[in-house]
Amino acid sequence: MAQISLHGVAKSFGKAEVIHPTDLAIEDGHFIVIVGPSGCGKSTLLRMIAGLETATAGEIRIGGKRVNEVEPKDRNIAMVFQNYALYPHMTVYENMSYGLRIRRMPREEIRERVGRAAGILELTPYLQRKPRELSGGQRQRVAMGRAIVRQPAAFLFDEPLSNLDAKLRVQMRLEIQKLHRELRTTSVYVTHDQVEAMTLADRMVVMNAGTVEQVGAPIQVYDDPASRFVAGFIGSPSMNFLPGRRAGNDVEAGGGVRVPLPESLRASAPGSLIVGIRPEHFALGREGGIPFHLRVETIEALGADSLVHSGFEGTPVVARVDGHATPAAGEVMPFSVQPGKLYFFDADTGKRLRAPAA
Amino acid sequence: MKDSTSTTALMVENRPVADFVAHAILILGVIVVAFPLWVTFVASTRTFDEIVHVPMALYPGSHLLENYGQALSSGSGRGSSAPVGTMLFNSFVVAVSIAVGKIVISILSAFAIVYFRFPLRKFFFWMIFVTLMLPVEVRIIPTFKVAADLHLLDTYPGLVLPLIASATATFLFRQFFLTIPDELVEAARIDGAGPMRFFWDVILPLSKTHIAALFVILFIYGWNQYLWPLLITGKESMYTVVIGIKRMIAGGDAFNEWNVIMATAMLALMPPALVVILMQKWFVKGLVDTEK
Repeated sequence: MAQISLHGVAKSFGKAEVIHPTDLAIEDGHFIVIVGPSGCGKSTLLRMIAGLETATAGEIRIGGKRVNEVEPKDRNIAMVFQNYALYPHMTVYENMSYGLRIRRMPREEIRERVGRAAGILELTPYLQRKPRELSGGQRQRVAMGRAIVRQPAAFLFDEPLSNLDAKLRVQMRLEIQKLHRELRTTSVYVTHDQVEAMTLADRMVVMNAGTVEQVGAPIQVYDDPASRFVAGFIGSPSMNFLPGRRAGNDVEAGGGVRVPLPESLRASAPGSLIVGIRPEHFALGREGGIPFHLRVETIEALGADSLVHSGFEGTPVVARVDGHATPAAGEVMPFSVQPGKLYFFDADTGKRLRAPAA
Repeated sequence: MKDSTSTTALMVENRPVADFVAHAILILGVIVVAFPLWVTFVASTRTFDEIVHVPMALYPGSHLLENYGQALSSGSGRGSSAPVGTMLFNSFVVAVSIAVGKIVISILSAFAIVYFRFPLRKFFFWMIFVTLMLPVEVRIIPTFKVAADLHLLDTYPGLVLPLIASATATFLFRQFFLTIPDELVEAARIDGAGPMRFFWDVILPLSKTHIAALFVILFIYGWNQYLWPLLITGKESMYTVVIGIKRMIAGGDAFNEWNVIMATAMLALMPPALVVILMQKWFVKGLVDTEK
């Protein structure tokens, strides 16, 4: 087990910088999820930690030791790939023990370690099978087993659940969680799925276009997003954004709706900004809050609650309401939002407006 | 579904003429291919006099053991008198060496081209590829000169080496390696396998079926070589069987021991046929459990 730290790590291909200088500290035993849309550089970042890509600038440390020049096999890490990357001609046992055999570990110890890992992952009956005789979920467990038997300083997961169907994904997510509780090994997990990020992470790293936008505990990132990008990416359905214009101490959000600007933001707020509202913060009815009249377009009834897709002054807006209080399509319905639940972003920079530090 | 299958079955049964024609064409095809083989076989079981007697009977005679025995031990009395046994052995050595050599060289060069980054990699790949356009016949004179200068005439290396380089096999392996997912290489790197370890433990086992297929093709290619062995062998003891058959035919028709020549032809035919039949099982096995 070890902590991992990145200091000004950057990656460029020729002139194009795909990862801008990044600092990141991962504490021992933590489960870190790097989340972002595809092409944001999250996998590249992970592969630089693994040593499969070289960092063009900065320093990577694992367990306090600089590893920039160290081969992947000597970094004491194990990696789980999206397509499992099992050796197709080897049995499950051979797959899991391959790394240990290369390290010339005594046969007895290999058997014991593989046996233990197979027990944890419920793979014992399958040890003599070939990967092609296993289901997707079992294959992914073998890939994790191959990582576990090495007893590495850190696990690196590269979108390990993306090839599984939805139901299996949920199940494997819980298993990964359980596994991490048992082993307490530092883990870095890359995904584009914000639900995986929310549920698995001790700390979440949100990336966009080669930059880390925000680092924090999932619920903290959810409640207190640092930018419009983070606010829109984390949370499903995503946050609604209404373009607004500053009008004195209020924000004119279109359709005659005026949203009061919190006192702390008044000094710093620019002329044009964006008002963010989470779907679940819309309440049906007009009592106590800022009233919004939404023209209902379609309704997705999910059972426990319903998603109301509507338009507000030309901007699509989604509201999450109780599953039984379904308004009819085509109707204009009154909704209200508590002023404290609003988010304000700078329309130019996309940054969240924050009270200046006292 | 049930209805449609029964109607197709009916349609087939309702067209006896088409059925008859199809079968007639197929049977005719089989006869065209098989008849010369049958004549060869019949001729190899008869005496010289029976063969030259017109018309030759089309059923096997009684001299099978005699003819084959003579061919294997002492060859034809006229023409070349090298025993076919030696020639078969030579052919076998040459065919196996060419097949194995080609596979070893091409799998290694494909491995280098796909998995290593080195200067002029593209250039070397194209160099190999360009040799595809130069068949043995085109470069045969300079090759002969080189082989002669290296004292390779009438030797196994002389028979084998010039035929070993294979752009086709290299290209085939390259295409196969490109289908192996990169993650497998990366997983092996993280597991601590060096390049050659990865080659032995992963690449080679995965290429098994490709190697088997190539072996069959290349064995037959090597066995059937004619022009190059004809040039480079002078001593009868170095003849391959294909050359041997040619040498046995000394001149005018009546001069040749056609019964022994036909027996030799049958013998020359058998090893490639055996390789195909035996390895076919391997093919099918390889195709059934695709390990990719």
